Amino acid sequence: MNLILHIWRQASPSVPGAMVRYEARDISPDMSFLEMLDVLNERLMERGDAPIAFDHDCREGICGSCSLMIDGLAHGPHRGTATCQLHMRSFRDGAEIRIEPWRARAFPVVKDLVVDRGALDRIIAAGGFISAPTGGAQDANTILVPKPDVDTAMDAAQCIGCGACVAACPNGSASLFTASKLTHLGLLPQGQPERYARALTMVRRMDLESFGHCTLHGECQEACPKEISIDTITRMNRDFLRAGLTAGRAAVAESD
Amino acid sequence: MNRLQVLWQSTVGKKAVMAVTGLVLVAYLISHVLANLLVFDGPERVNRYAALLHGTGGALWSARLVLLVAVILHVVAAVQLTLRSRAARPSSYVAGREPQASTLASRTIRWGGALILVFLVYHILHFTTGGAHPEFIELNPYHNVATGFRNPLVAGFYAIAMIAVGLHLYHGVWSSGRSLGVSRPSPRPLHRRLALALAAFVWLGFTAIVVAGYLGVFGRAG
Repeated sequence: MNLILHIWRQASPSVPGAMVRYEARDISPDMSFLEMLDVLNERLMERGDAPIAFDHDCREGICGSCSLMIDGLAHGPHRGTATCQLHMRSFRDGAEIRIEPWRARAFPVVKDLVVDRGALDRIIAAGGFISAPTGGAQDANTILVPKPDVDTAMDAAQCIGCGACVAACPNGSASLFTASKLTHLGLLPQGQPERYARALTMVRRMDLESFGHCTLHGECQEACPKEISIDTITRMNRDFLRAGLTAGRAAVAESD
Repeated sequence: MNRLQVLWQSTVGKKAVMAVTGLVLVAYLISHVLANLLVFDGPERVNRYAALLHGTGGALWSARLVLLVAVILHVVAAVQLTLRSRAARPSSYVAGREPQASTLASRTIRWGGALILVFLVYHILHFTTGGAHPEFIELNPYHNVATGFRNPLVAGFYAIAMIAVGLHLYHGVWSSGRSLGVSRPSPRPLHRRLALALAAFVWLGFTAIVVAGYLGVFGRAG
């Protein structure tokens, strides 16, 4: 198949970028979207042009490295799919495809389609963990967890931190990302001791990273390659408000 | 920092303030539409209701103060959050962003809110103080409604504003439960029956009065 691509090229964070038109000929419909870009890059390099920079790693939908806004959709047109699992058969022959990086103030462009998603790491560092003494592993099932809690926690734990929720959000909000981690840890027994302090510190970090707020458009859950529900955001709000109203001064002082 | 500061300085806390103040205003709107529908029962009951409200004196002004504070907090939080949201995406997508799940109501909630605020000022001048009503009679709402909506421009503005109110409630009532963290998890989290019913009721109730007033259903008696 033959395609016309419009791809965002930007040499560095400090120079302005622009959409550049490329023709991609003889593309196999069985290629993944990233393989199609690999082919295009090889041809660009043969011509002596700089290849298009894009993030990728596992290419099996579990690492969260790949991104790409494809025709205005985070990770392209398929639901519950990361860009690496999107195949060219999803496009018709002769299609024009527009490819852009995630856009948010918190995600500065590094080069071309690569953005710096370090802000998400800093949200995790602010509280997305449990503190546990190390030692021998406990026997399985010594801590019993109700099945519905396990299911909800594991659904939320599927977050791969790709940032599609931020990219698709009209407000550039990282609420779904932060809420996923708060739901995952806040539902399990090991996450209880730090549950409310975690809600305070992670939400605060999210605000400090200049993400927008949540207006519940629901765009994030449609864009999420792991189909995480906005129900997690309700949980985040509940835990944060409870922490803010009850713990107040103490918890905030602790978080500083 | 004290607790209220912690909440007010966070995006989640500001949304909670918007949710609480929004729900206060929705509760008022429901009583407002129910009382206004008395106008279909002729001049006597609706005018008696107006006299009753004004007879309470202090209670009326307390309620007005609560509503005023709710409006101010709601608007201030909305403006601050909107500016924040704009700043969060300084350069927009060249090829646009395809909406997947957002509704007309959620996408128009900001401009709709601004329209409602303008409408609110006009509405108070029109039916409460009477400054913008050419034939205003104090404490005679039946007469004021019967004459006020005969002007097609006025009726048209009210009708448009009520569409904005309906859309605002359709998104706002549903999302306020989520902003406050009290909504139950749902396999289809974007479905909202209660908000749809409330929005439709408030919109239909007010619009019925505007349309009836324009068509001259209310006589000039009273």
